[in-house]
Amino acid sequence: MSLNPSQSVYPVAGPAEEASECVLAIIVDNEPGALARVVGLFSARGYNIESLTVAETDVKRHRSRITIVTRGAQSTLEQIKLQLGRLIPVRRVVDVSAEEDALQRELALVKVVGEGDHRVEAMRMAEIFRARAVDITHSSFVFEVTGAREKVNAFIDLMRPLGLSDVARTGVLSIRRGIAKD
Amino acid sequence: MSATDAKAAPAEKSASASAAAKPAAGSSRLVKAGAELLLDALEEQGVEVIFGYPGGAVLPIYDALHRRTSIRHILVRHEQGALHMAEGYARSTGKPGVALVTSGPGATNAVTGLADALLDSIPVVCISGQVARKLIGTDAFQECDTVGITRACTKHNYLVPSAQRLPTIVHEAFHVAAEGRPGPVLIDIPKDVQFEEAPYVSKADAVLREAGVKAEIRASDVETAVDLMRRARRPVFYTGGGVINAGKGASDGLRALVRATGFPITSTLMGLGAYPASDPQWLGMLGMHGSYEANNAMHDCDLMICVGARFDDRVTGRLDAFSPASRKIHIDIDPSSVNKNVPVDIAIIGDAGEALRALLAEWESRASAEAPEEGRLDDWRARIEAWREVKSFAYARSSDAIKPQHAIERLYQLTRDRDVYVTTEVGQHQMWAAQHFHFDEPNRWMTSGGLGTMGYGLPAAIGVQVAHPDALVVDIAGDGSVQMTMQEMSTAVQFGLPVKIFILNNSYLGMVRQWQELLHERRYAHSYSDALPDFVKLAEAYGGYGFRATHPDELDEKIIAMIDAPGPALFDCVVTAEENVFPMIPSGAAHHEMLLGGAVTGEEIGAEGRKLV
Ligand SMILES: Cc1ncc(C[n+]2csc(CCOP(=O)(O)OP(=O)(O)O)c2C)c(N)n1
Repeated sequence: MSLNPSQSVYPVAGPAEEASECVLAIIVDNEPGALARVVGLFSARGYNIESLTVAETDVKRHRSRITIVTRGAQSTLEQIKLQLGRLIPVRRVVDVSAEEDALQRELALVKVVGEGDHRVEAMRMAEIFRARAVDITHSSFVFEVTGAREKVNAFIDLMRPLGLSDVARTGVLSIRRGIAKD
Repeated sequence: MSATDAKAAPAEKSASASAAAKPAAGSSRLVKAGAELLLDALEEQGVEVIFGYPGGAVLPIYDALHRRTSIRHILVRHEQGALHMAEGYARSTGKPGVALVTSGPGATNAVTGLADALLDSIPVVCISGQVARKLIGTDAFQECDTVGITRACTKHNYLVPSAQRLPTIVHEAFHVAAEGRPGPVLIDIPKDVQFEEAPYVSKADAVLREAGVKAEIRASDVETAVDLMRRARRPVFYTGGGVINAGKGASDGLRALVRATGFPITSTLMGLGAYPASDPQWLGMLGMHGSYEANNAMHDCDLMICVGARFDDRVTGRLDAFSPASRKIHIDIDPSSVNKNVPVDIAIIGDAGEALRALLAEWESRASAEAPEEGRLDDWRARIEAWREVKSFAYARSSDAIKPQHAIERLYQLTRDRDVYVTTEVGQHQMWAAQHFHFDEPNRWMTSGGLGTMGYGLPAAIGVQVAHPDALVVDIAGDGSVQMTMQEMSTAVQFGLPVKIFILNNSYLGMVRQWQELLHERRYAHSYSDALPDFVKLAEAYGGYGFRATHPDELDEKIIAMIDAPGPALFDCVVTAEENVFPMIPSGAAHHEMLLGGAVTGEEIGAEGRKLV
């Protein structure tokens, strides 16, 4: 039996661990305080939350799905998953970003205020991004855009010079493709 | 294999119930008030004693207690004391300790004890009263957000929504407190729920959630671990409180494995007693004030076998210089403890006793097929002997003043033939107790390791005495710490609990003074106690016995008198005031950079080290 190269014999310093993004789906019992426990864990241990969404997804079993986008070194991300696993109402922690077949979506409402060419350009971009104008006045649009986080980010960036005024985002949602269940 | 497999995303934690919740056929759906349901559930959980303090929000529970004789109640003098007593009870028996406090200030006073139990992984169930449901959120009298305040210092907590849910919650609370890595659990019960009527749900019928990930010990990990152990030339066992928490079977398993392998063994402050200190393979405690041989063995080893310890900063010292040349095996019940501070090569997630027995079985079957190489540990043993020769716990003796180390040695010698349990407060005396009082059995040593709570020892001793009425229970204390929960002396007197409080009185907050001496050029800012009480009179005022020794010649005779005192006793042992605890690994230093006693100036500690705690 052979052993992997040791990760505990120094020098292990090596290059500093690079931070990466990670999407976690946390299935919890929908009970008072469950969200507070999850969020409290992140703040108490100094982990990042880049976005968070939560809603009950299984009414019969009282389960909610919390989706958190976080950033950190690989070892930190491992700790986050294990620490979450210690919480009693947490039933499962799924590292969505580690699954190749995960679908990720976010919805944003983007308000753009402007006139003339900027309006035309904003409308054209919206079409390319398949964003719907859900509210229109003579000097403003509210677009509804959905897609992967990067796509939503890109759309918002493009709107910036065209009179971006307000953004509301849902945070990332995720689910697996095909018949596999989380 | 790799250590990372062990921490793959856990499978769904399931609910477990011996039987699904079913309305027991035939049994009358007898309803009872919440307070009665609570006591029924506690009884079913085998609770014999509650440490508590009454108040408006728990009056119905007290009323129900009044009518029962099955559960004993110890009236404390401060709710912090109740929690530490529950901890002492739990640590000396292995059973969860139970505390009962009222809402608001009762609950906030309990916070220190909960945090203490969380950091030391002690199973405690704390029941708190809460204002009636319709008053919650209105800033009612003695209302506080108890579940909010204690969320960060409990393993789990509950606000009971209805009497209907109460029995199941109590059963789950005990399960959570004791399962996996143990810890404190709080149950907050609104006053109206205590009156509300509902049927009882027995333990067997309650649907409980799992308190942790159930992990299988993988045979391949055990094999690889034994491969490493057979090849190791400089191995060391590094064990912790997890071995004690895993029960007597784990200590037995550890002893068997250590003896079969012949490897040297050290332990954290929390793990003392799991392996007998009188055994030649024992290196003494490791860490900041651990022995020279234990810390050097940790630094120079080529294989470290960590069992139920968590690579805490008081143990590792400077992380990037921690045991640089060793492969590391880590056995722990909590997967989040693995690779948290120090990366390891093999992680075995599971119960310490089971893991140790699996390792022993594998070791023996391999050894009988082919014995490990003869003499491969000889060099290592010789080096360890040389380190032992340094006698790092030695101190300058004195014939006209009592040295604190000497006082502990005498206390140890004069109590060794007894059934003795020791608790401590926090400070220098705690370290001297760990260095000079020796334990051959687990569950005999209770100290606040993780939180370092001054005021822990006296109430913890009371909790131990309640569980072991005929044993000799000694709190080794400092003159500062003991005053934090001194009033529990009154509890001890009321309930006839003959605890002995042995104060090493140096008139200083000694550990603070030591750091000021070494790190702040002897500027003793507010570490001198100018107006200590007369402890002998104080003991007498409480109705206990007081003793004082100021000269080494009278020490033995007074200690014997203390032991023989038929009730709670306080011993004011006046010791040399400016003694330091050595050896010492300063914060931010590595294991091989220990300061031994003698001419230490403070120059040894770098600027970076000064910034650390
Ligand atoms: C509740 C609490 N407050 C403050 C501290 C910080 N602290 C650690 S040791 C110590 C001094 C303890 O003095 P004493 O009990 O007299 O023991 P000695 O060190 O003199 O043996 C202090 C203040 C602590 N550990 N706990």
